[in-house]
Amino acid sequence: MMQQTMARYTWGGDEFLFVEITEGMSLEANFISNSIANALELQQLAGIVDICPANASLLVRFDPDILDWQQLERAVRALEQEVRAATDKVLRTRIIEIPVWYNDPYTNETGARFREGYHQRPEGNDLDYAAEVNGLADAEEFIKRHHETPWLVSMVGFVAGLPFLYQLVEREQQLQVPKYLSPRTDTPALTVGYGGCFSCIYSVRGAGGYQMFGVAAAPIFDPAQRLDDFSDFMIFFKPGDIVKFKPIDEAEYRRIQTEVDAGTFRYRQTPIDFDLSAALADPNKYTLSLLEALNGI
Amino acid sequence: MAFDVLEPGLSTTAQDQGRIGYYKFGLPQGGSMDQYSATLANRLVGNTVSDAVLECTYIGPKLVSTTNAVIAVTGAPVDVFVNGQLIPQYERIELLAGDELKFGVIQGGTKYFIAVHGGIDVPEVLGSRSTYPIGAIGGVDGRALVAGDVVPVGVGSDNGLPVVTSIAVDDRPVFSKDVKVRVMLGLYDHNLSAKGLDSLLNSEWMLTPVADRMGLRYSGPGVEWKDREQPFGAGQDPSNIVDAGYAVGSIQIPGGTQPIILHRDAVSGGGYAMVATVISADMDLVARCAPGTKTRFVAVNMEEALAARQENNARAARIWS
Repeated sequence: MMQQTMARYTWGGDEFLFVEITEGMSLEANFISNSIANALELQQLAGIVDICPANASLLVRFDPDILDWQQLERAVRALEQEVRAATDKVLRTRIIEIPVWYNDPYTNETGARFREGYHQRPEGNDLDYAAEVNGLADAEEFIKRHHETPWLVSMVGFVAGLPFLYQLVEREQQLQVPKYLSPRTDTPALTVGYGGCFSCIYSVRGAGGYQMFGVAAAPIFDPAQRLDDFSDFMIFFKPGDIVKFKPIDEAEYRRIQTEVDAGTFRYRQTPIDFDLSAALADPNKYTLSLLEALNGI
Repeated sequence: MAFDVLEPGLSTTAQDQGRIGYYKFGLPQGGSMDQYSATLANRLVGNTVSDAVLECTYIGPKLVSTTNAVIAVTGAPVDVFVNGQLIPQYERIELLAGDELKFGVIQGGTKYFIAVHGGIDVPEVLGSRSTYPIGAIGGVDGRALVAGDVVPVGVGSDNGLPVVTSIAVDDRPVFSKDVKVRVMLGLYDHNLSAKGLDSLLNSEWMLTPVADRMGLRYSGPGVEWKDREQPFGAGQDPSNIVDAGYAVGSIQIPGGTQPIILHRDAVSGGGYAMVATVISADMDLVARCAPGTKTRFVAVNMEEALAARQENNARAARIWS
């Protein structure tokens, strides 16, 4: 059942309303945050500047010269009531296949440069560490657990178009991995990262504190909008997207790189309706049906 | 019209009022860090408030104007030279084609602004000319200036306002080494212990050299967090939360040691608890601080924050009339 306690409302200065759905991460909290965000977007309230749904919270930027802060809070609280009362908990979205070269030389080389003083476990790489803290046999088993079940894009942000992803499995099966002790000053672009219970894909090269497991083969941020998947917008991911990671080897990685360079690469994807109740009732069965949708194309 | 870049300076970028509406995708608002100073420069050269300017950091560029131009330099105090002659800041200056503009040593603050009549005419990206180097968008090729760049200047028009040749001293921003920054407590301030909250509000914090367009880091006594069980997915440290959106101006204290104020190019979200937010009226004040500035955080409520904002709005309305 949905949590019956209401969200916590608080202010980030005079321009930001922050709505914490729940303190801890859950699929339900993320669904509520996204649903409020979508409903607020539809209201087209004058003075709303940005609506940013996050993992288990929502950040709304507003112009207090145009929109009274108390009026904004009343509007969002009313939407929260509606969203919690709704029986139809379906999100119109898409499922996308993201090819990843796991245990690749790029992230391994970068990881090796940030060991002493940065990492919990100087020996081995980040995958070895992640397998160990989750009680798995080895890196291979961790990789399998990482890609065999789909993920939900629970938030977009940090830097340009970076997706945070939450795995669609029951709480007991969630993999959890601590972040680096101190953030690295470098992360290769398209690194598949992991921190807490979240995966991410670093859209651009830069600083980062998540463990590094592999590298995605194709861009997710394309400011020049060269590829067809970016013809509408330079950023690929939206909150609510469903992702299936596909493990690839070096040869496949190189082949995709050639397609990206030629401007012909397209992500495999198909529209789906994500049904929260079905996903919560039997996650394993539900994710199989999602994968069938992707395999059907 | 253009500027030829002979020397780029330390980090000179095109900036305007910012790229608004794309925060939910992780694109920061950007824009001139000290908005008030930047708009004074635009006012002097007969632009609109939204025209792009060059933001200079510590060491300014050496530029040659390819045509006659009207410019102004505002923001942090610095010696400004045209063909080697010292010229005043906060005044309207006429350049002739071939004139060389360069800068001496900065005497306070970190950022000063060059406006030119017609505005810096780099292409708009998502509604703004502001440079966002991490995403390689806006400005000149999505980056700070380099030697050899040609910075395009737009064709100016009449903004319909009376010409202002000098900004009155009382209207010029102050660059102090000892500031009080007004903040609103909130977000995750309840995760601080009473002692931690007391440290935040009643200690003197010193701005470290780790300060840029993304954020400003302060040294001081640190803060104490409440003992508690961390929620699922948040991470083990008491300063961690489930990754959330960051308010611009919010203060986070990773590990409880050094507070960081997020500024205009900050990351849009992450997993550190924010405990207070600088009010919108004081964001420029923070941008004017140089490393070593003694800083106190003063808690105000929403009404006080909005009153301060109204004061700023009234001053802007007077200057732009």
